[in-house]
Amino acid sequence: MINRNSRNTLRFLTRFHHHQHNPSSQFTSKTVFDENCKQLKRNVLPTENKAFNFFNPLTNFFKNKQLGHGISCGILQKCYYGSMGGAVQRSSRFSELNDDDVRYFEEILGKKNVVQDEDKLSVANIDWMHKYKGSSKLILQPCNTDQVSQILKYCNSRCLAVVPQGGNTGLVGGSVPVFDEVIVSLSSMNNIISFDKVSGILVCEAGCILENIMSFLDNEGFIMPLDLGAKGSCQIGGNVSTNAGGLRLVRYGSLHGNVLGVEAVLANGTVLDMLKTLRKDNTGYDLKHLFIGSEGSLGIVTKVSILTPPKLSSVNVALLACKDYSCCQKLLQEAKRKLGEILSAFEFLDGQSMDLVTNHLEGARNPFSTSHHNFYVLIETTGSDESSDKQKLEAFLLGSMENELIADGVLAQDINQASTFWRIREGISEALMKAGAVYKYDVSIPVENLYNLVEEMRSRLGDAANVIGYGHLGDGNLHLNVSVSQYDEKILSQIEPFVYEWTSKKRGSISAEHGVGLMKANEIFYSQSHETVQMMASIKNLMDPNHILNPYKVLPHSITS
Amino acid sequence: MKIMVTVKRVIDYAVKIRVKPDKTGVVTQNVKMSMNPFCEIALEEALRIRESGLASEVVAVSMGPSQCVDTLRTGLAMGADRGIHVEANDSMYPLFVAKILKKLVEIEKPGLLILGKQAIDDDCNQTGQMVAGLLNWPQGTFASKVVLDKEKQVATVDREVDDGIETLCLNLPAVITTDLRLNQPRYATLPNIMKAKSKPIKKFTPKELNVDIKPDLEIVEVTEPPKRKSGVLVFSVDELIEKLKHEANVI
Repeated sequence: MINRNSRNTLRFLTRFHHHQHNPSSQFTSKTVFDENCKQLKRNVLPTENKAFNFFNPLTNFFKNKQLGHGISCGILQKCYYGSMGGAVQRSSRFSELNDDDVRYFEEILGKKNVVQDEDKLSVANIDWMHKYKGSSKLILQPCNTDQVSQILKYCNSRCLAVVPQGGNTGLVGGSVPVFDEVIVSLSSMNNIISFDKVSGILVCEAGCILENIMSFLDNEGFIMPLDLGAKGSCQIGGNVSTNAGGLRLVRYGSLHGNVLGVEAVLANGTVLDMLKTLRKDNTGYDLKHLFIGSEGSLGIVTKVSILTPPKLSSVNVALLACKDYSCCQKLLQEAKRKLGEILSAFEFLDGQSMDLVTNHLEGARNPFSTSHHNFYVLIETTGSDESSDKQKLEAFLLGSMENELIADGVLAQDINQASTFWRIREGISEALMKAGAVYKYDVSIPVENLYNLVEEMRSRLGDAANVIGYGHLGDGNLHLNVSVSQYDEKILSQIEPFVYEWTSKKRGSISAEHGVGLMKANEIFYSQSHETVQMMASIKNLMDPNHILNPYKVLPHSITS
Repeated sequence: MKIMVTVKRVIDYAVKIRVKPDKTGVVTQNVKMSMNPFCEIALEEALRIRESGLASEVVAVSMGPSQCVDTLRTGLAMGADRGIHVEANDSMYPLFVAKILKKLVEIEKPGLLILGKQAIDDDCNQTGQMVAGLLNWPQGTFASKVVLDKEKQVATVDREVDDGIETLCLNLPAVITTDLRLNQPRYATLPNIMKAKSKPIKKFTPKELNVDIKPDLEIVEVTEPPKRKSGVLVFSVDELIEKLKHEANVI
């Protein structure tokens, strides 16, 4: 068991390994292994860091229940059923893979790109959180759009279900097979096709890893409009297909605004070339938006053209302490007004999150060591003029202090200090993993009600759990986490469906940025009307009549079966 | 007792350094500048000494173009009482810094002069030693621990040397240069940033101090270090021996 664990750990870690210089690892990492860990922590989603499942005492405790991955059957079941309601059955409409199929794929892709290797399959079949495990027998690695088209055409004719897979860093089980769907991996299609230095428009293939694109752009003096912790592994095709949010959304907006064009392959193999590089193009229905956020259920994205903002030199980060949530809110309003165009991130975390991070994370210290505060806000500004930005930020901060919106604050004096502040915010998920088991929710609610959910959950669960809240306050996005010593059905029943009902009453979204995937497919009605979901189903039936693309996900099973 | 601390404005240590295409130096345009990390540690030590009651005032000194005032403000925001800016637009080589410091020391008469052991842009590691020589003061460089005794007017300094730790006892006034493990610098909190705005910064020029800063060094060329070559796989011991013999020339 232990051997299997460490082999998978190493493979897992090497997937996240990258060569970029990471300032926060300079002072604290001692060994190469440590360095990789630190890179992991830095590059894993701001909201989640599940690599540490391996180091989670909980999984070691359940080690005896063999499942082949060090994750207990118990945990899997509880998580699986927790958000699924009832077990999913494999649909009879899908054929089973046979040798002729494999031979056909070998002919069009070459033997090297048709993978049936046990080890590789076991990695591709399980999601990043080790919550969802499929049983696919085949991974296909096409090298160009034409091959993707041939694959889908064939699968459609044979009614073989397909799961498009990029970096496999999703958090709702949308990137792994549920049963024996064929995995179509876009990882081999990782070329940057073109970059226009004047307009900043980048055209690249879907399999490009986000961090690699960022390094390329950095050389040219540009940045990506999105940034998330998973950047070391996630691929742009997946980001686009899931309409990934991240830390920069408050400044640069969502991918719906930044993606200028998409090339996608439909279920029947038709290639839709909508790969424009134009800022403005009002010719007919803008179909690319169907592929942004539909999580691979309407087509496989093969190429993306995206508008990238220029890299600005002056970045400032401040960590502020507020006495209550309404101050955080007012601070947000003030920040949008006073910092305006230079505001590039506005995150918040509550006192419990800060305690969690300082208690469980190595090297993380609370800058306000002498006093305890109820809320903390992290503000980042990005602009072109160092001194005027700093002046603006200082004036805003001092004004907020005078108006008693903030009790205290620290301003980072160099990049290292800025990284330390970000580490506190981005390290919360990791700290959660170290603290035990965690139930995670990602909701979008009107800002004024945002924290009420945390408080209500806290009073509901009492001493049974540590409820913490943090998130992208600038976007009205709360990451609600319930930290417990071990998974417990009783606690889960107190959380769900209360969380979804509460969110629905406030007309919020039960999934702000993580998407629906498998986890919340049947919960979609909490945030969308029946008519809307019916229309979604009609579009699905039109574009993928055999339902071979990413089945069992996104739309409720009652509608799609 | 007064403590004087030098702070240098350098390219932020986390920035990727690029060489200018004409090879005359590195790109400093639009690049983030910050206080030298060793200078931060020096300032932190000075502040701790003042907070323990062994000193009355901490004066921060910076030399260079007008933007050095930003670095001084950071120092004031951390807690320094006053700032001194020596304005000069030419490169400040260690010897000139040392000569100017000598003049400033004669004006201010501090009991302790603390510097960072080296600046991360030129990595000279010379200024502290030079100024101690010019002033004829004792020096404790690469300090990892500093303990002051006011009565006896000595400073006990633990130095990080190649063999381990060396402990020296210096008569004050003395020069100390700080190493990484001395302390962890504090953050600039907002109340202190507010107070810093009203703290005075005195301006000098090298001319006023009668120091000639005409450079006696000329930078001929700046190039990047050669890129690290990728490793080579060998498939047999014979091949390994052959490569070690003929390519690496080590056997």
